[in-house]
Amino acid sequence: MMDLNEKNISAAPEGGVLETPKRTLLQENWILFRKNSLAMAGLVIFVLFFLIAVAGVFLTSGKDPIFDPALVRLQEKLRPPLSKPNLETLKPEEIPPFGIYLFGTDDLGRDVFVRMLQGSWVSLTVGFVAVGIAVVIGVFLGGIAGYYGNKRIRLGHLLCPIFLGVGFAGLVSGKTVVGLVLLLLGLGAGTVIGSRGDSRASQRVPVGLSVLFLNLFSVDVLITGLVDIMLCFPSFFLILTVVALLPASIYNIMIIIGLTSWMGATRFVRAEFLSLREQDFVTAARALGLSSRRIIFRHMVPNAMAPVLVSATIGIATAILTEAGLSFLGFGVPPPHATWGNILSNGKNFIFDAPWLTFVPGFAILVVVLAFNLFGEGLRDVLNPKLRERH
Amino acid sequence: MLAFLGRSLIQKIITLFFVSVISFLIIHLAPGEPSQIDPMNPKFTQEVLERFRKEFHLDKPLYVQYLYFYRDLLTGKSVSWKDNRPVLVKIYERFLNSLPLFILGTLITWTLSFPVGIPAAIRRGGVYDRSTTFLAYLLISIPGFFFAYMLIIFVVTRFHVPVIGMETFGVSSKGWHFLMDRVWHLLIPSILGAAGGIAVLSRYVRNQMLEVENQDYVRTARAKGLSADQVHYKHALRNALLPFVTMFGLVLPGLIGGSVIIESIFSWPGMGRMAYEAILSRDYPVILTVNFVSAILVLIGTFISDLLYMVVDPRIRL
Repeated sequence: MMDLNEKNISAAPEGGVLETPKRTLLQENWILFRKNSLAMAGLVIFVLFFLIAVAGVFLTSGKDPIFDPALVRLQEKLRPPLSKPNLETLKPEEIPPFGIYLFGTDDLGRDVFVRMLQGSWVSLTVGFVAVGIAVVIGVFLGGIAGYYGNKRIRLGHLLCPIFLGVGFAGLVSGKTVVGLVLLLLGLGAGTVIGSRGDSRASQRVPVGLSVLFLNLFSVDVLITGLVDIMLCFPSFFLILTVVALLPASIYNIMIIIGLTSWMGATRFVRAEFLSLREQDFVTAARALGLSSRRIIFRHMVPNAMAPVLVSATIGIATAILTEAGLSFLGFGVPPPHATWGNILSNGKNFIFDAPWLTFVPGFAILVVVLAFNLFGEGLRDVLNPKLRERH
Repeated sequence: MLAFLGRSLIQKIITLFFVSVISFLIIHLAPGEPSQIDPMNPKFTQEVLERFRKEFHLDKPLYVQYLYFYRDLLTGKSVSWKDNRPVLVKIYERFLNSLPLFILGTLITWTLSFPVGIPAAIRRGGVYDRSTTFLAYLLISIPGFFFAYMLIIFVVTRFHVPVIGMETFGVSSKGWHFLMDRVWHLLIPSILGAAGGIAVLSRYVRNQMLEVENQDYVRTARAKGLSADQVHYKHALRNALLPFVTMFGLVLPGLIGGSVIIESIFSWPGMGRMAYEAILSRDYPVILTVNFVSAILVLIGTFISDLLYMVVDPRIRL
């Protein structure tokens, strides 16, 4: 890293122009990343976990799965790991994969190895989908707060959706007249506020309507306020409440974890956007006459992604832990489907007789979460220019 | 100063209002109703159900229910739907049970994090640093319930002491035996609660210390020939401690926060467990009040930390 810079600097006066670096930024980051053995281990485990989960979903799902995770063999219950099945009592299709109970069997004689395979997909998708939702919301809100933060929200901006929403609710609940009037009012407010430009407009509208242009607060205040409100909820308790109230389904869990964890990403993106907004390349892009959308998505978002990427990686670890905790408490994926959390939760009843039912899923969660955390921290070190100089 | 206090107070009240609205909406807009929690119960005839709904204002429109609920809460009259006891009394009882767990956990966290984190920063990159780093990640990554069971197995098989619950049933109520019984019951869940905190805080101590060790005045102190101890503990550490003062305010929300799982494993009759039971039985007043109280704790916590920051760091004028 250091000698590369020195070479570039010393090459400059000789050639008259700066040489282009020999390696791209990505290659440079990769070289730095490889030095961090813990983070590399994290990456390797992550890739392995990904492959296992994908293999797991193909091997254990469908009408006639190759390994059936729900297959009950009562005569073979609570067999310890690596024990051989009793071939005389089993039908040919009941014989476990590789002819051995790799991780033992549970209290119904189901093969823990196959159930772990099935559960790995749940952990993987929960992590990625939840964090995906959080990142999308975070980039969107953070981007708006950072880029349009100074824009004022006027009374009309607030009244329009409120009228529309309440009017729609009125229509649905049967109060047609009130609903219609409110809907019309909302539309009216929307058109007035939407048709005029930003400034000067309030002078040209009639006195009655100028109320709609009353400045309330800025966009930034709205969004940071929203983040503050969300941070007031105790997150695990909130997730638990919502999951318990909604019908049990894996998709609900993913969405709820995503909807309750976007605050970090929003803050990061907002902070990045605030500093990026003042930089020359954004001014240049604006001077070229690019649309705001293009400036935001093509020029600013890629530059703001580094901290989001790090927090997303660590967010995946947190989401996996949260899902495991929910399954452990008995919420989440409905019973016949295995998740690591509910294997452990069932296994705790046999903790002294069959400790593998606790230890196998426990270690699996630990290793995967650890891998994501180490990988995320490695990324942070590589992407942080301040730490980079010190190495 | 006064302006800051006033502004911050107004801001926090507005936030609290929205928190109350949102938590109310979340709970009431979710499908299902508390009157349907036990549809198979033959005692729940249509008539009883109607009376039940009338009793708890469930037949009114949402905004009326909202006003009723927060009026009852603020005047201390709201009762649990499960056992008709005042919610605030219930929470207070459980709060007293959670308090020793919280205090011991916080103490363990704060006393262990500094001795673990500071040497790691001083001997950066050494064996000690790398092993504590790895250990910290291990503690962050381990699922709390799994760790709890490992600890339970270890303690029960090694020391032959019971650890579930607040005390062993039937142990005489005084003397050495009783005391040790309580200590064992308290210790294991506290250690579990503190484990994650130690990991996070010691990492933070290390990073903060590293930050300060790279400052010019530390180099100056070293250059003028001070002993290593004086440089590290007198010049560097004092300045590194600054942000931690503000973190005192932020431990407050931990009173309710992540204790749900640990308290259910250890059958500890604290706030987290009460909240969990309230969720299971759809006891809306308790759920909403716990939410409300914890939001207040978060807001007070950030307020205290803002204030402390202002007191400690004269450069900051809010």
